[in-house]
Amino acid sequence: MEHYLSLFVRAIFIDNMALSFFLGMCTFIAISKKVEAAIGLGVAVIVVLAITVPVNNLLYTNFLADGAMAWISPELADVDLSFLGLITYIGVIAAMVQILEMLLDKYMPALYNALGVFLPLITVNCAIMGAVLFMVERDYNLAESTVFGVGSGVGWALAITALAGIREKMKYSDVPVGLRGLGITFITVGLMSLGFMSFGGIDL
Amino acid sequence: MKVKELLFKPILENNPIALQILGICSALAVTSSLKVTLVMCVALTVVTAFSNLFVSLVRNQIPGSIRIIVQMTIIASLVIVVDQILKAVAYDLSKQLSVFVGLIITNCIVMGRAEAFAMKNGPGASFLDGIGNGLGYSAMLIALGTIRELLGSGTLLGFEILPLATDGGWYVSNGLLLLPPSAFFLIGLIIWGLRTYQPSQVEEEEFKICPNTIKEA
Repeated sequence: MEHYLSLFVRAIFIDNMALSFFLGMCTFIAISKKVEAAIGLGVAVIVVLAITVPVNNLLYTNFLADGAMAWISPELADVDLSFLGLITYIGVIAAMVQILEMLLDKYMPALYNALGVFLPLITVNCAIMGAVLFMVERDYNLAESTVFGVGSGVGWALAITALAGIREKMKYSDVPVGLRGLGITFITVGLMSLGFMSFGGIDL
Repeated sequence: MKVKELLFKPILENNPIALQILGICSALAVTSSLKVTLVMCVALTVVTAFSNLFVSLVRNQIPGSIRIIVQMTIIASLVIVVDQILKAVAYDLSKQLSVFVGLIITNCIVMGRAEAFAMKNGPGASFLDGIGNGLGYSAMLIALGTIRELLGSGTLLGFEILPLATDGGWYVSNGLLLLPPSAFFLIGLIIWGLRTYQPSQVEEEEFKICPNTIKEA
């Protein structure tokens, strides 16, 4: 249990998707002008990550990894399909986002309307793909990958909400002309990332 | 459209990173050493150029509703090819790049250019546009990689340029530049420089600040 708890905390703070791996940066910068939108997007990312990481983990361990298909028949024991990984993962992500969109539209129209255009955008959010690839690289099992998926989602949501809060306050400040908008946002993210690095010393 | 315009406009005037906010995602983490940066630039330029070419070739056959999936499939196949080549030719480098080669799939430059340019233009122009945007991305990344490696560890491509104080030289390295946050500061500053050079890129003010005058009673 302790192992999972430490994995969870590590995924949120120390290995924060946005601030220490720069994943999901495009949406992170583009959709962080308002706190409300940022929270909506954050929740959507958590949900998608919590589903896709374990599903891709199942696919990887049962079909794609070297010799993983031995359980179907012994002849397939030496088949290595790991080169098909990338295309499978992105397919799963795109399909999951699509299903989630349809389910939300049917059963939770309020949330669906609140998320609006962000939902399909999640397909091309590198935080999702990144979490899946890290899961494969670090050989997580099913339970670990679920915890890791939820944790990195929470971390990303936390980061984008914090940035949106800062940007909402910052629009009243007098920024040098050339630095206005994108430039100052980058520097703010840099400072946040520096702050998050202080979690790096925590040993879990 | 002119070849020169397609190739060189994205470098300074319409830089994908500094102006279009595309492709920041997987880029920053790989710029702490110049060698890795160069590999990433080549990989991305190749993928963008060819995905633009192929998307443009099939653009009249794709139904609008499934175009994203078709583009994704094309891009993912190209990235798999690049990934396999890297693993075969330069295994150590591909280990260093770790997940970031795979992340080219979700790199917004590739998707963005396929959607914005290749769906509307012929194969030749699209191919050039892909190379041009790849170059714009590369220019930004190489600038970052050079500054970070030179000032962070005193070397370029692994060769010693500034002898480090720890090895009896004179240069005291700036460790901050090897850490991830420095990439953000540098990009922010580069954007500042670019916009001072080209004021047309400056964003509108969200708030006008009142002149600071005291009303006479």
